Amino acid sequence: MQVRVTNVSKNYAGMAALADVSLTVGSGELVALLGPSGSGKTTLLRTIAGLETPDSGVVYFNDRDASESRIQDRGVGFVFQHYALFKHMRVMDNIAFGLRARKKNRPKEADVKLKVMELLDLVQLSGLEKRFPSQLSGGQRQRVALARALAIEPSVLLLDEPFGALDARVRKDLRRWLREIHDRTGHTTLFVTHDQEEALELADRVVVMNKGQIEQSATPDEIYDTPATPFVFSFIGESSVIPVVVGNGRATLDERVIDLEVGVLADGPAKLFLRPEDVAMVTDGGPGIPGLVVSTRRIGGMRRVTMECGLARHRIEFDAPAEIDIHNSQRLQVRITGGRVYGDGEEGYATEKLASSDTADFKWARAEGWIDR
Amino acid sequence: MTPKAISKPPRANWRRRSVLPGFGLSLGYTIAYLSLVVLIPLAGLGISSASLGWNEFWAIAFDPRVAAALQLSFGAALLAAIVNTVFGVLIAWVLVRYRFPGRRWLDAAVDLPFALPTAVAGIALATLYAPNGVFGATLESVFGLKIGFSAIGVVFALIFVGLPFVVRTVQPVLEEIDRETEEVSATLGAGRWRTVTRVIMPGLLPAILTGFALSFARGVGEYGSVIFIANNLPFQSEIAPLLIVIKLDEHNYAGATAIATIMLVIAFVMLFVINLLQAWSRKWFGHD
Amino acid sequence: MTEAEKSVMATRRRQKQAVGEGPLTRAALIAVALAFLGIMLIAPLLVVFAEAFSRGAGVFFDALVAPHTMSALQLTLLVAAIAVPANLVFGIAAAWAITKFDFKGKAFLLTLIDLPFAVSPVVSGLIFVLLFGANSALGPWLDEMNIKILFAVPGIVIATIFITFPFIARELIPLMEQQGSSEEEAAVSLGAGGWRTFFLVTLPNVKWGLLYGVLLCNARAMGEFGAVSVVSGHIRGQTNTLPLHIEILYHDNKAAAAFAVASLLAMLALVTLAVKTVLEARFAGSLAAQRRH
Ligand SMILES: Nc1ncnc2c1ncn2[C@@H]1O[C@H](COP(=O)(O)OP(=O)(O)OP(=O)(O)O)[C@@H](O)[C@H]1O
Ligand SMILES: [Mg+2]
Repeated sequence: MQVRVTNVSKNYAGMAALADVSLTVGSGELVALLGPSGSGKTTLLRTIAGLETPDSGVVYFNDRDASESRIQDRGVGFVFQHYALFKHMRVMDNIAFGLRARKKNRPKEADVKLKVMELLDLVQLSGLEKRFPSQLSGGQRQRVALARALAIEPSVLLLDEPFGALDARVRKDLRRWLREIHDRTGHTTLFVTHDQEEALELADRVVVMNKGQIEQSATPDEIYDTPATPFVFSFIGESSVIPVVVGNGRATLDERVIDLEVGVLADGPAKLFLRPEDVAMVTDGGPGIPGLVVSTRRIGGMRRVTMECGLARHRIEFDAPAEIDIHNSQRLQVRITGGRVYGDGEEGYATEKLASSDTADFKWARAEGWIDR
Repeated sequence: MTPKAISKPPRANWRRRSVLPGFGLSLGYTIAYLSLVVLIPLAGLGISSASLGWNEFWAIAFDPRVAAALQLSFGAALLAAIVNTVFGVLIAWVLVRYRFPGRRWLDAAVDLPFALPTAVAGIALATLYAPNGVFGATLESVFGLKIGFSAIGVVFALIFVGLPFVVRTVQPVLEEIDRETEEVSATLGAGRWRTVTRVIMPGLLPAILTGFALSFARGVGEYGSVIFIANNLPFQSEIAPLLIVIKLDEHNYAGATAIATIMLVIAFVMLFVINLLQAWSRKWFGHD
Repeated sequence: MTEAEKSVMATRRRQKQAVGEGPLTRAALIAVALAFLGIMLIAPLLVVFAEAFSRGAGVFFDALVAPHTMSALQLTLLVAAIAVPANLVFGIAAAWAITKFDFKGKAFLLTLIDLPFAVSPVVSGLIFVLLFGANSALGPWLDEMNIKILFAVPGIVIATIFITFPFIARELIPLMEQQGSSEEEAAVSLGAGGWRTFFLVTLPNVKWGLLYGVLLCNARAMGEFGAVSVVSGHIRGQTNTLPLHIEILYHDNKAAAAFAVASLLAMLALVTLAVKTVLEARFAGSLAAQRRH
């Protein structure tokens, strides 16, 4: 089942929770909806399920307007963040609920039992069918909620922060396990998370939302390597931002300190986004951006250094080998080996990826004349 | 789902240490007050009733007039509690789930029987349902139903005094019901009726039963609002509390004590059942 | 049908709430609730005022200023003035002990506090008749000492205290339980003493709940009928409270006068409910969520 959301808007008391959102989830795809709190993820999910009615726009299930069918007939399996299990029902009755609620071709009770056992096996909860939800751990409850949603053989599976309330270890296990279940059952699946690691690791495709809009919808690799907007860049992974000015195909800071070739970007103010790995410390005496170390901290095998550069003391973070001793107030030079410049153009953000290290070196060579003064 | 606000830590002593002062004073005062106001007087009743002896006790309890009065008190209270349960749940539902003009006033009105003195309610109901009263005349001419000065009148008075118990016990639980369970139920294909009966009501059941029990207990003991609307004929519309008053007026302390003891025992059982229900609901569903 | 028409239709279809009853069911349920409350609760209230003025304002005011009414009013006020403060102190002490400390027998204590809710008012009165009556163990001694409790003001006060003591405690306990004791613990750790902590930290947090508890307790104390009826002896001008006076007037076929006096108590009830409604609207969080009385 393909799910197509077209130009959906939803306002709450004049505030847009969804602003003209369009999205297609292909049949059998596993898509992650990623975004900060309040960005409209839950609202989008609930709109697809039919729990919210959009102010405008249409949700299609395989070219059929979903609003034509009642929620009951849509066949969406919805898993809530806090499980929403039926507290007064045993695990097996929770899972069997959807099967027993069927009006047409309701399975025989023996078949219901069989199906429940099968699902319990799938979610690895065999033996717990007689328990009440209050007698289960958080992770177990989560799996019951998933089994309950799977029982109706949904055409779409929607999960709202399925692992949000669990501790880090359990999360990791369940994450892998969800991927396995998805590969086995092949349901079209859309899940919400605000954990980027979870989204990048688990999903076929990641949809990044912000302020009720979709910023980018792409594969995890594309999201990380070619973020479409400054928001996506800074939301995914760590980043430093330096305001620059673009003119004649070059970006400059304070007219001098940074001088980069940025190709097609329109003239005007722009922002340079850098990941820690886009910045390298100059150790061979070559040219670089001079700066002052303000803090260092240890991250795994590396040392994360925060450095100030430029007149306005912009902060750049980068990683240096742990064995090099770097202390506060030390002066040093760095070289930029990657990163992206986002110009604030009229049709949104034009972006330009900086070239890889050898060409960057070339650029720095051109700037060499004034850098060391 | 949320952990209980007050979890009981393992106790070494009979009380947990707290940094707050005033335990001795507050608990001491509470126990002293309760002893003076409740325990000693109750012990007095216990002694009086024990001094009756079994034979005398049973003779009074099975006196046909007493039995009839007890039967009326319990029967009418049961009927009123059932009516109150049905309408009380409905009213709680409407108050919690729907928004309409005047909802706040409706909500306030539910407490009226708590605040209005029973004697005032009694004479008002009696006037309303008297054969020449506004409702009484209509009901008699349209349905041929005589409510004022009859046993049915007792039920009406008990509906009045008992209604808030059901509404006020069900309302907060209904307010806390997680809307998501209803939504899940809908996505799983359950229609509204099925969702209400299979998903919502079972969760409300402990509260509903508690409200029923409270309404029933109140009805059994009610005196003020009933004696005006019923014509208090022995074997017909004479309630047990009234019979106690009559026995007292006749200086028949033994008779009054025996009836009171029966009523008290039943009241205790009711309280016990209510507490049991709440413990049971906390244990299984994790809420009260 | 054009694309635009289709989308308008679709939007209309979606106007109704996704999960919930349809508008017809809603309207029907609201109508039933309104009708039931109107017939069962509001109508009796209206009758009180209608009957009070049925013989004109003259009869109404005459009934109010009649000497027996005045003495009943005085007694009622006196009883409430003793019972309410006594129960206020008890309610605070009980709530403090129960919510701030954990001890064995707490459940029993709570059940004991709930007791008057489950005991018939008549039985409550009887308890004191048996305790202080002529046939009781105390009776002859009280007689000797010339202390009159039964069929006198002290008996009425004690019976009223018994009936109304749970109200304030029951209002405070859930509220203080909900608020926990972290604020008090912080105050104590900052060096505040017990009383200081109570007056500066606890009391401000529970004041509205406490006020409602006091009002309810007061309404009940002034309106109690069954228990007081049993212990009072119905001596006009001496041991008649307002509710008892209403009964006497009503049985004397002075219905208009009875309702006039009743309207006084009904006003008291209305004020109590109005205050509660205002408090709930303005201080929703500071009234106990779950209540039963
Ligand atoms: N029922 C509602 N009434 C009013 N505003 C709402 C309602 N539901 C959501 N909103 C608003 O819509 C916006 C989007 O909310 P939504 O729940 O979709 O965010 P989210 O991305 O799921 O956030 P989170 O990660 O915190 O769950 C928020 O600003 C929220 O305040
Ligand atoms: Mg959300």
